[in-house]
Amino acid sequence: MQERMTGMVRQETESKLIARAKELLADQTVARVLGWKSGDMDYNPEPGYFNSAQELESQFVYNGFCGANLSKYMIEASKMEGRTLVFLKPCDTYSFNQLIKEHRVDREKAYIIGVGCKGKLSAEKIRQQGITGIETVSGAGMDDGCDELKITTIYGEEASCSYASAMLERCHVCKGKEHVIFDEEIGESRDTVDAERFAEVERIEAMTPEERFAFFQKELSKCIRCNACRNVCPACNCRKCVFDQDKFDTSQKANANSFEEKMFHIIRAFHVAGRCTDCGECSRVCPQGIPLHLFNRKFIKDINEFYGEFQAGADCETRGPLTDYTFGDVEPGIVAERSQSCSK
Amino acid sequence: MFKIKKSDLPALFQEIGRKNELYLPVKEAGQVNFGVWEENAQVDLDTLKSVKSPKDIFFPQCENLYSCKRDGKKLTVEPEALKSQPFVVFGMRGCDVKGLTVLDQVFLSDPVDTFYQARRNMGTIVALACHRPDESCFCKVFGNDAAQPEADVAAWLTEEALYWQPLTEKGTDLTGQVQALLKEADAGDEAAVEQEKAVIRAIVEKLPYSSLSLEGWNGEAEQKRFDSQLWEELYKPCLACGTCTFVCPTCQCYDIKDYTAGNEVRRYRCWDSCMYSDFTMMAAANNRTSQMQRFRQRFMHKLVYFPANNNGMYSCVGCGRCVEKCPASLNIVKVIKRFAAEDAKEKSEKVGGGENE
Amino acid sequence: MQIESKEEFRPKIVAFCCNWCSYAGADLAGSSRLAYPADIKIIRVPCSCRVNPLFILRAFEKGADGVIMCGCHPGDCHYTTGNFYARRRMTLLFSMLDYLGVENGRTRVEWVSAAEGAKFSATMNEFAEKIQSLGRNVRLEDIRCRKE
Repeated sequence: MQERMTGMVRQETESKLIARAKELLADQTVARVLGWKSGDMDYNPEPGYFNSAQELESQFVYNGFCGANLSKYMIEASKMEGRTLVFLKPCDTYSFNQLIKEHRVDREKAYIIGVGCKGKLSAEKIRQQGITGIETVSGAGMDDGCDELKITTIYGEEASCSYASAMLERCHVCKGKEHVIFDEEIGESRDTVDAERFAEVERIEAMTPEERFAFFQKELSKCIRCNACRNVCPACNCRKCVFDQDKFDTSQKANANSFEEKMFHIIRAFHVAGRCTDCGECSRVCPQGIPLHLFNRKFIKDINEFYGEFQAGADCETRGPLTDYTFGDVEPGIVAERSQSCSK
Repeated sequence: MFKIKKSDLPALFQEIGRKNELYLPVKEAGQVNFGVWEENAQVDLDTLKSVKSPKDIFFPQCENLYSCKRDGKKLTVEPEALKSQPFVVFGMRGCDVKGLTVLDQVFLSDPVDTFYQARRNMGTIVALACHRPDESCFCKVFGNDAAQPEADVAAWLTEEALYWQPLTEKGTDLTGQVQALLKEADAGDEAAVEQEKAVIRAIVEKLPYSSLSLEGWNGEAEQKRFDSQLWEELYKPCLACGTCTFVCPTCQCYDIKDYTAGNEVRRYRCWDSCMYSDFTMMAAANNRTSQMQRFRQRFMHKLVYFPANNNGMYSCVGCGRCVEKCPASLNIVKVIKRFAAEDAKEKSEKVGGGENE
Repeated sequence: MQIESKEEFRPKIVAFCCNWCSYAGADLAGSSRLAYPADIKIIRVPCSCRVNPLFILRAFEKGADGVIMCGCHPGDCHYTTGNFYARRRMTLLFSMLDYLGVENGRTRVEWVSAAEGAKFSATMNEFAEKIQSLGRNVRLEDIRCRKE
């Protein structure tokens, strides 16, 4: 939204994206472009629409801080006149596929450029390392080495941290470099996996019930019910959320006690079980840093174990695990049996 | 002025906590929020801003107003007790304290909100100067001095010591309670505080948002701002979540509902957010039907309606929480900047037009 | 002795029973004079598939100490496939509750046909006993609904 600082040189990948978007706008293949607009700081670009070459030139940005998953915005864009050019990172394409499966976006209304991704960053992760007062961040561009970030602070200090240390949680367990749906691909991706996807879930499963209870109680008591996790989620696309209906006597916008915290988070995760692609947006946006992916990933892990490996959004035809069944499915009693065998 | 060694702070908290409920920034599950002090609480005074503003100590996110109980044919209505025990809030920042004066305008003017009033009366605030203001801070824009918080007690925390200056009667009382732990500050200490203030003010001068101009944001501009086409563009990335409103120290909207707990009904209120679709929902319908309207409402309220009704006082204090926390990186600063750019463009067009004639 | 036994913990148990099999099974248990504890409150649902995970949580919220869901045997659903979906949902929900540290004995699914009055009674007795041994539900309760 803010004009880019003059004197900044665009990197090649970014220039390519802009050039291609301009072409598609010019030959009227698309009516608008959905991408990321540079913010007023190096680390806060925002999702936005571009309607002209001039806007693209002055405001478009694509770097390590463009974490937002644009798939969900395509629900609205599908209702607009004409096609929308959308930039999707590999993991975003899973969400888009899932939305096609649920008939929430129109494939014909989208022109997808699959953009490369070298792992996405969070300013919060930089702050957590004790680097505050961030004035500039460099090294987050697509054509940078992406090994180290150089930061200058408003206190006149210089600091640095490794690229990986500022990466979002989801990038450490990345689903891969492949775009599962696209019209064309631009830019290179990189392997960022350095952790086991279900390791954290397993760590919690191995705790005693008392420890698990205490762990989640502590995490969830931070919840302020801002609903950011729900609103950002591409799978949470109900026209009216169950938590927005006024028939409840609980408020739906404040947790009166720990029960409501649990109710909201269990139901939120349950409603996207089997449809959640594990894009990690919920954990990215939580202002209180609650590891919300631990809920979704628990469902994914259970689904994999009980009903066979399943990746939501890998295609747009397969039936989801909760809209499918087999005669010989495990009985719910498995939960108790499993924990008994664990404790033995 | 008084002083206490940094290493003696736990003793200070213990002493305050002995006689009062003590709230202060506590780190729990990786995040700093205001919480009740306990012996083993992980107090964190180095983090500049708590995630949630401390306004919920005075205006809780959820509170009971009264309960209706049924016992056979007898119906009793029991109002919730007002806060009657003194409590202390330690470590609020100047902007958050200023946030309370905004809330005062709403809750202490007629009709007075007795729940809020009781908490205000019972609470003593020890405010900390901001040792290192952050890049997202812009309190200077709203006339706040990060180096000189205005509360019952103003305090400065340096590497070695906490300097303590009571400013009000309540502050003096609290000072009396903990007198044994405080030492009278000498000329050297006064100089150290002055030095700290100078450093803070120097940082504030350099902050990227400190030069933000509020020109054109006042009651008179209401219609012009309201009708602006910019809102249509600005709201687009908004997710309609309530993060900005719930971390804000000045947002004061609430909703009232009844909770049925068996043979008892509790009337409670909780924060509401103008970003939510059911905000100010009435029997007939909702008067703001699109997210653009809701988005506009938030900023118009903070920068236009509120100052128009409260002698020019903005209901933003520049704490910068929304700047840091918005999932879509939208915020009040971007809104102000975008309008400033548009105003400048308009002006230059006008001037340019004049030359042509 | 008398007074003490009155103050003893009596669990509140909610049983969601499908209209076609389990509710009829409960009826049969009644008409066959097979006893099951009065602590069990039956809620009749058109199909086990009607049970939304929120129902289970709401039951706990309003003071239940245990929740059991009964439906037709797999393959016997009045609507052909309802209980298959219900089975998957409940498996995942129970697993999540267990993950959050809620005692896994508090939730249960049992398939009871219209002819199985004896099974209904036995299941309910067994479940009530289990809940009795687990005691009051404190990990998933809404304290506002607690009756002192």
